[in-house]
Amino acid sequence: MADAHTEAVLESRWSGGVAPYAMGSKKLGMWLFIVSDSLTFSALLLAYSYLRLATPNWPTPFPFSPAIIYATVMTFFLLSSSLTMVMAVANAHRGNHRQTVFWLMGTMLGGLGFIGLHLREWFHLFHEGVYPWTNPYGVPLFGGTFFGLTGMHMLHVSIGVIYLGIIAFGFGTRKFSSEDVEVSGLYWHFVDLVWMFIFPLVYLMSVKF
Amino acid sequence: MSAHASEAHAGGSRLYLWVWGWLLGFTAVEVYLAYIHLAPTLMLTLLMGLSVVKAALIIAYFMHLRFERLSLFLTLWPITVLCICLILIFFFPDSVRLRELRPF
Repeated sequence: MADAHTEAVLESRWSGGVAPYAMGSKKLGMWLFIVSDSLTFSALLLAYSYLRLATPNWPTPFPFSPAIIYATVMTFFLLSSSLTMVMAVANAHRGNHRQTVFWLMGTMLGGLGFIGLHLREWFHLFHEGVYPWTNPYGVPLFGGTFFGLTGMHMLHVSIGVIYLGIIAFGFGTRKFSSEDVEVSGLYWHFVDLVWMFIFPLVYLMSVKF
Repeated sequence: MSAHASEAHAGGSRLYLWVWGWLLGFTAVEVYLAYIHLAPTLMLTLLMGLSVVKAALIIAYFMHLRFERLSLFLTLWPITVLCICLILIFFFPDSVRLRELRPF
């Protein structure tokens, strides 16, 4: 259950400007981070889309099978890990420590599955000679934007898995509150949300027919 | 627990399953659109439309924003969307212009 301080914050109203959003500072801080990070990813996505439109011979190296199928499975992993994350948060608020840790582990597993499949795809591209700085298509910028964008996202997923591991350990040993679990959930859902834009823009718009 | 938060959690699992189902459904539609090979502009419009809907579902339900104060939403998202639109408006027409300027 939420501790006395969080309880007081949640019950307060905006009179005197103490807690305008009726939430703890950790949660508000995470929301502010998410807004700034969404602008970072917007910039990367827009840079990718700009170059893709402005370059006439932009490569489309993703055949429907297996690249798009893999990317779809990765999307499924992330979406499902978001579902296990909300289960973890709901259980944390109910004070079920054991179940919270269980669902958090499930979420981490989804994230690890995503990273595994993504790395497999990267190495497949390396094998074909597609690197961040050069590729056989004669459009080196493809590698720069593709690996920059997906690498930034994969970095977020990796940090997320570590973050959830710390939260699971801390919540299991009663060091962290349910608010900490909820805040980590916000981060995780945001990483999922970003993929909802990378998947169509980078993969579905570049199917090799 | 405060009143609004516990209300959101009561019977929440079913709601979350529904949202998850819709998200998967929208993803399936997106993959199908890629499979049937539409014109790029139409394709981009449809995909971005679906993605915005999916993002809104994630933010509203998974990230719980629908059950927070309206003031939080008003503080965070309108200005962010405005910023993204500004980048779009100033940069995107130029990418098309560049392509048309090419001699080949």
